[in-house]
Parts: sequence; C-alpha cells; structure tokens
Amino acid sequence: MASPSDKKYSKEHEWCKIEGDIAVVGITDYAQKSLTDVVFIELPKVGQKVERCKPMCSVESVKSVSDVFAPVSGEIVEVNTKIEEKPEMLNKDPYNSWIAKIKLSNKDELNELMDSKQYDAFVEDEEKKD
Amino acid sequence: MNAKIIDFYSWQLPLYYSTPVAEHNTVRKSAGLFDTSHMGEIQIEGKDAENLLQLLLIRDISKMKPGQMRLAVMCNLQGCILDDLTVYKFSEEKFWVVVNGSQYEKDFSWIQENARHFDVKVSGLRSETAKLDLQGPRAELILQGLAEENLSEIKYYQFKELRVSGIPCVVSRSGYTGEDGFELYFSGEKATGLWNALLKAGKQDVLLPCGLAARDTLRLEAGMLLYGADIDEKHSLLQSPYKKLINWEKQFLGKEELEKQRSRGTGQNLVGFELAEKGIARQGHHILNNSQEIGVVTSGSFSPTLKKSIGLGYIGSEFSEPGKGFEVDIRGKKVKAKVVETPFYKR
Repeated sequence: MASPSDKKYSKEHEWCKIEGDIAVVGITDYAQKSLTDVVFIELPKVGQKVERCKPMCSVESVKSVSDVFAPVSGEIVEVNTKIEEKPEMLNKDPYNSWIAKIKLSNKDELNELMDSKQYDAFVEDEEKKD
Repeated sequence: MNAKIIDFYSWQLPLYYSTPVAEHNTVRKSAGLFDTSHMGEIQIEGKDAENLLQLLLIRDISKMKPGQMRLAVMCNLQGCILDDLTVYKFSEEKFWVVVNGSQYEKDFSWIQENARHFDVKVSGLRSETAKLDLQGPRAELILQGLAEENLSEIKYYQFKELRVSGIPCVVSRSGYTGEDGFELYFSGEKATGLWNALLKAGKQDVLLPCGLAARDTLRLEAGMLLYGADIDEKHSLLQSPYKKLINWEKQFLGKEELEKQRSRGTGQNLVGFELAEKGIARQGHHILNNSQEIGVVTSGSFSPTLKKSIGLGYIGSEFSEPGKGFEVDIRGKKVKAKVVETPFYKR
C-alpha cells in the first residue's frame, strides 16, 4: 500500500501530518502489520513532553507490546480517546487513526522526516530484510 | 504463500499467515489448517509395548482398545514432567506416542534407555512423517470431501488409518484448539500435496492456513498446557492439572517421589486466571499479593473469543482457589486479577 502523500514519516514507522505548529501523529500500515492485531493502546497524557525518537506511548497486540516513538519533539496537546476504545482501528485504518497531537518545539526536526516516496522505498528495503 | 516465519527450536515455523486474531476466529467459526510436522512421532512395537508404556506413563493405558488414543504424561524420577503427549494404540503390540517437537530427542532417548529390558523396538518416525491439523466446526465437512471413509465413525480421541485425497493417513479426531477437528499423519513427501488439497477443499467453507500464534491463543482459551512454558522439568506433576491423570494403583517412573510430594504438599499450583483491568499478563510477569511475590505467569494473552485477558501461572496453594484475587506486575503496573476455572472456553 502506497503511503499517503499528505504525511511525513519516521524510520520507526510513525506518520505525522503537519497542521501549522501541530503534528498529528499515528502509526503506518507497515507498523500495524508488524504489530498484528492491536488489543490495547496506552495513550500519552495531555501536557506530556515528548522527545523525537523516544517512546511516547505503547501499543499492545495479541503477541507483543511495542513502543510508539514520537516522530517530533514537543508537547502533547490532544489524544484520540476513540482509539483507546477501538484499538483495532489502528489495524483497519492506520492513516485515519491518529493517536496524539504534538505541539512542535523544534520545526527544524521536520526536515529529518521522510516524504511518502522516500518512506515507501524505505519500507521496501525493510521488507527485504524480513 | 506469504507467512511471517519464526525459529521454534530450530524449526522454521509460520507465526501467522494473515493475522493471529483472524486465524483464531476462523478456527472457532469455521476451520483452520496447521502444519504441525515438528511434533514427534515415536513408535513402540513388540510384545512388551504396553508394559513399557505402563512404566513410562503416569496413567493406566491397559484398558485402551486399538483405534483409541489418550492424553498422557511422562515423568522423570524426580516426579517432574518430562513431556506431555498423546498415545495411539494401533494393536496389542504397536503404539505411537506423539510428543512435543521441542522435546523429541530427549523423549526418544528416555524411552530407548528404559526399553532396554523390554522386548520392544522403539523407532523415531518424525523425519519421514508430516502432520497437519485441521481444526474447527467445519473440519469434518471439509475432510469428508477428501476421505474414503465415513468420518462420523471416528469419535473424539479415536483414530483410523484411511486415505485422504488418495494419501494413506492416520487420522485422529483430536487437536490443540478446543474445537472439533482432526490430526493427520502421513508420509512427509506428500506434505505439500495434502496441504494444498485440503486448502482447496476448504475454500468454500472458509478454511484458513493458521500459524503458531493462533495455535497458542486457541490452546490457551481451551486451558491446554504448553510444554516449556506452563510445564517443564522444574515443576512437579502434582503442581499441574495433569495430576488428575495419575493412576496410583500401578507402578510408573517418578511415582515414588510423587508419593512423597503428595504427603508433603507442593507449595505452588498451576492455575488459570483472568485480569479484571486492562493489560496483558505475559510469561515471566510476577504475581503479587499485597506487593509480596506469590507466583509467576507462565502463559498469558488477550483472548479473542472471550474479549478479555487470560493466563496461566504458578501461585501459592493458599491463593489458588477459584475466585481468589491477586495482582500481576505488568511492567511495573499492578493489575488486578483473579483465579478462574479452566478451560476458559468450551465449545
């Protein structure tokens, strides 16, 4: 599945959509496939400070627990409580199931993220390793 | 076929083909096909076959008839579990034991060592034998289309030798999922052929190929134990639900020690539990009572059928009655749980 071109991507397989100084964050299709069936998500807390490439919350599938890494640094300003009730949405519709909104503390970090074409190529390489 | 492959005791096994939960639910609702060729078939033939098995196994098999199978356990001299297995009786002088793939070499040596004074021939059949498990409420319907005999005549825990899709098979009505279903043993060369024939035959009835992940959640819901996780050589047979299978009237290896343990008590028991709060208890998580460690989790998962978190673990005998509450330390968070009866799920 080609990833949507309106988003940016991290090497840890998170997506973020930039809306002004806010990044809307979720996990990619590749991430949900590797996790398999998500049964719980532990959301970050509003007001929590997060750092790029550091864990911001965790998702738990039938088989394992995995960290979700913050693709950018900043402060959590909103979380998607609907995802908490229906974590399976992360599998069914990963690109429309946002997890949290982060108020950017350093806009320069956006240059570190991949666009959709770069990310698709990155995933292709990862899949070869599997 | 696209599958996520993992290493399981040096076997390359599929963890899942689609997703673990999709495969799990399909087995509960229609049918799933598992490649279980890693399981170990050991044949015991000869005049003393039954005598040897009576010595090795904790339960009495003298009343078994040809065409029947039984669940059984082998103990070491310390009364700990060497393996759990199924016994197939082909005739008075020919039996199979089917053991865990991970314990095959150990079991084979143990059986051979103890067979020295018996008139038997012990043969390992695994390298030439393939095994497929067809499990789920539609398993009979799907298999019947390929089988030369009426499958309804094979009752639960019975087996027959018959052709499936023209291939000679040993077919038992049994499995490791808690559903109706069959285990098929046949020549390894025919494995791909029969796998494909079964998947094709099951297409209309929603048959999915299934991996180890679904096998694990299905067996856990059904309260079935996993060797190496729930039971092992470190735990006494008396600590597990398998103690119900013991026949104290006969002699068997490990009995002497088990009799001592029986009068002394075993400290901890293997019990089923469910979580009262969000989270999944996993193997190795500590079980607590007022912050005091009283046990450990051996298996745990979210149950796709029951939609709650379930598990098995060893817990101090004073806490092991159904209904008793405790906490599980899930990565530093104390989550409430209580002991429940197993199986968690019954069809």
